[in-house]
Amino acid sequence: MLRLIGRRLALAVPGIVGVVVVSFLLNRALPGDPAAFFAGPAATREAVEEIRVKLGLDRSLPEQFALYVRDLLRGDLGTSLTTGQPVSRDLLARLPASLELTLAGLLLAVGVAVPLGVLAATRPGAWLDHLTRVVTTAGVSLPVFFTGLLLVYVFYYLLGWAPAPLGRLDAVSAPPPTVTGFLLVDAALAGDPETFRAALAHLVLPAVTLGLFAMAPIARMTRAAMLGVLGSDFVRTARASGLAPRTVLVTYALRNALLPVVTLLGMIFSFLLGANVLVEKVFAWPGVGSYALEALIASDYAPVQGFVLVMASLYVLLNLFIDVVYGLVDPRVRIEG
Amino acid sequence: MSRVVRHARHVVGENPVTGVAGGVFLALLVLAAVGPRVAPYDPLLTNTRHKLEAPSPAHWFGTDQVGRDLLSRVLVATRLDLGIALSAVALSFAAGALAGACAGFYGGWVDRIVTRVMDTIMAFPLFVLAMGIVAALGNTLANIVVATAVINLPFYARMARAEVNVRREAGFVDAARLTGNAPARVLAVHVFPNCLPPMMVQASLNLGWAILNAAGLSFIGLGVRPPTPEWGIMVAEGAAFIVSGEWWIALFPGLALMLAVFCFNLLGDGLRDLMDPRRRT
Amino acid sequence: MTGPPLLEVEDLSVEFRTRDGVVRALEHVGLAVHRGETVGLVGESGSGKSVTALALLGILAPAARITAGRAVFGGLDLLAARDEQRLAYRGRELSMIFQSPRTALNPIRPVGRQIADVLLRHTTLPRRKVWARVVELLAQVQIPDPERRAHAYPFELSGGMCQRVMIALAVACAPSLLIADEPTTGLDVTTQAAILDLLGDLAARSRMATILITHDLGVVAERCDRIVVMHGGHVVETAPTAALFAAPRHPYTARLVASTPRPGAKLADLLPIPGAVPDLRRALPPCRYRARCDRARPACDEAPLPRVPVAPGHLVACRFPLA
Repeated sequence: MLRLIGRRLALAVPGIVGVVVVSFLLNRALPGDPAAFFAGPAATREAVEEIRVKLGLDRSLPEQFALYVRDLLRGDLGTSLTTGQPVSRDLLARLPASLELTLAGLLLAVGVAVPLGVLAATRPGAWLDHLTRVVTTAGVSLPVFFTGLLLVYVFYYLLGWAPAPLGRLDAVSAPPPTVTGFLLVDAALAGDPETFRAALAHLVLPAVTLGLFAMAPIARMTRAAMLGVLGSDFVRTARASGLAPRTVLVTYALRNALLPVVTLLGMIFSFLLGANVLVEKVFAWPGVGSYALEALIASDYAPVQGFVLVMASLYVLLNLFIDVVYGLVDPRVRIEG
Repeated sequence: MSRVVRHARHVVGENPVTGVAGGVFLALLVLAAVGPRVAPYDPLLTNTRHKLEAPSPAHWFGTDQVGRDLLSRVLVATRLDLGIALSAVALSFAAGALAGACAGFYGGWVDRIVTRVMDTIMAFPLFVLAMGIVAALGNTLANIVVATAVINLPFYARMARAEVNVRREAGFVDAARLTGNAPARVLAVHVFPNCLPPMMVQASLNLGWAILNAAGLSFIGLGVRPPTPEWGIMVAEGAAFIVSGEWWIALFPGLALMLAVFCFNLLGDGLRDLMDPRRRT
Repeated sequence: MTGPPLLEVEDLSVEFRTRDGVVRALEHVGLAVHRGETVGLVGESGSGKSVTALALLGILAPAARITAGRAVFGGLDLLAARDEQRLAYRGRELSMIFQSPRTALNPIRPVGRQIADVLLRHTTLPRRKVWARVVELLAQVQIPDPERRAHAYPFELSGGMCQRVMIALAVACAPSLLIADEPTTGLDVTTQAAILDLLGDLAARSRMATILITHDLGVVAERCDRIVVMHGGHVVETAPTAALFAAPRHPYTARLVASTPRPGAKLADLLPIPGAVPDLRRALPPCRYRARCDRARPACDEAPLPRVPVAPGHLVACRFPLA
């Protein structure tokens, strides 16, 4: 078991190395003079030269890379020109907002798509099957930002059910004391039902937007996998043994059908982490995505690069996690591999 | 050739949706070509007396916040959006197929390098990588195309590599070699053309995603600058007005996007059925 | 065999709805099994042997429809029963084992857990006693080191061991009837004999009746009390084993027996059966063997196909049985 984790960890290392190298290259590929950028528009020539030396831009490329890695290992991602804070601190402060949103979207997607896929597979050709297929095809065709805007229009402007898309809480609500950074968790921990409700109300629409996006591939894969498994020999044996239909469906069929869905999660996370940025813009969600966007507009590049690096590292780790989970669920990988 | 046409007619007959998608694709291409000429108004012409007007007989899609006719803007944007998507996919296809084919054919360190590069690209959440590339290279339209092309490279490279690998072992490659053809020629003339059909299917499926990517990048303010009409940036402009009820500014460009993507996805599915030998009678 | 039959099947007819039309897979199939006896169900591939078994258990594919027939088992008509009633029987009183045992077991669940699932479902054994019983069962089917093997996954076991696990699964609740559908196909010869011996032992020990489905006449000759021969979805002959081999009365059975390899016979002595299994999608004459039969006469086209008792316990579905 530990050997499996160790092996997967070893496989993740080249990924992280690649990410760091690419980030470094992107860093140095800035148009114009990076030193001038980091020094700011009002700097004098001496100040720019100082910055250049400080940043190590007068050294050779491999040396610069070494310095870059050294800074990374110290947690130094540079400083944001707009906030004046170290980028790492800004990112850390805003990461929980993005994570809460992404997790909520993913949970929603899985929670709806898997049962939908199962139902569509157990009743092939029924209207539910066709509906699932239409919804999933539409789901991959709609731009995620467009879906978000449509939802805002319908549920906020027309129906008034959702709050204004202005972030995680209303202007009047005070955030609960920060424990995890997840508003729902923190509000629950503080025993504050009002804030909890407000946070939830603000989370719904953006989470649904993200979730719709992920629902399509999950539902499609679940349906296909279930159809395959339900026709398999071992499900026939389970039925022949007189096991309860629920047991056959869940313990025997679904668990096997979910295996390919787990491997799909890697691709889904790639989409989600990207779509996160778009959703954060639509709903003014104060996460790392909007942080990077604000910086981008202000030509403040350190936050953008820090954002790319952090997101990519997160993605590598997520893939590692998925691999380990898959190994836990499928003994054939664990024991043979 | 006629066999392909006959088979195509059979598939389209069986699958009218593909036919419709093909028709829409052609219509979009036509619009891209003649858009500016068909547009009723100048897409850049502002007219603040008629700003934020809902759809009406004078302005079928309404007007935006500075009075520009939205129908004209959506029509004219077709050229830009399709252009971005098609050039990104073409670039991606060419570079990826070449890299993948060489990797599959020559093996060894060529294979290792190409695979390593593609793996590194795939180690990033792709949209985030596109953001990073545009941020690094500069906020221009050309860089949007480059970024979208880069993030699509691995699909084509992997596919080409796999297809070439399969065919490399096939008999006709050895036959070509034995007749004295240089390896590169064998690759170019004999192996590669056979890999193209499945990759074309992938390309059409990819077009939809390329459009979404490009639109996403322009939505967040990369690449296209106002007042250029482009669907993504138009949705972004309309976003601010959704909360006050002016829905048409964001809706129509969004629908255009959806239509294009939907059409490409359906077309890709249809093409896949066309190529799938199991479907042939 | 004396006494009322444990299972009596009459006039079983099954159809499949397919894209190419309706396939009449079974027509007027009848058979009987008595307590403790071993009945062999033989025929070529596509003769309907497996469909019969699946119909009895009520686990046919959704495209299948039972259009006629009764199958009385323990006082209950299995074909007319509601799902809940059938569920009570399946795996408990009436069990089935399949060919390709490794794919017939859940690949991501330890084999012991799979047997435990059946025990928990059908017996009132308290949880803490279930695992001990699982190990007991595995020992009963002669799996070495059952304690350890109970935690194994199917892919870690050989084909023969997987089949033993399936048998343990099927006999866990001491059924009165076990249907074995080609249990030895795909196993090597030594293992085949061992598995069949095991089945025989288990049957003898608990007076369990067995239906042994196979295309191998040699197997049924050795191990079955009675034989039911099927062809094209029909039962063509039913007889005690000795009688069937000594004097088959149906032309098809005669050719089957003649084409079975036996010691001393040369290859030239083995006569193949001409023609092929009939296409069940088409309209067929009352006797589905007619096209391949060298004794066919015009009268053979008259419906219905008769079932002639030529001796006690010996039925032939032929208008002109062999002498």
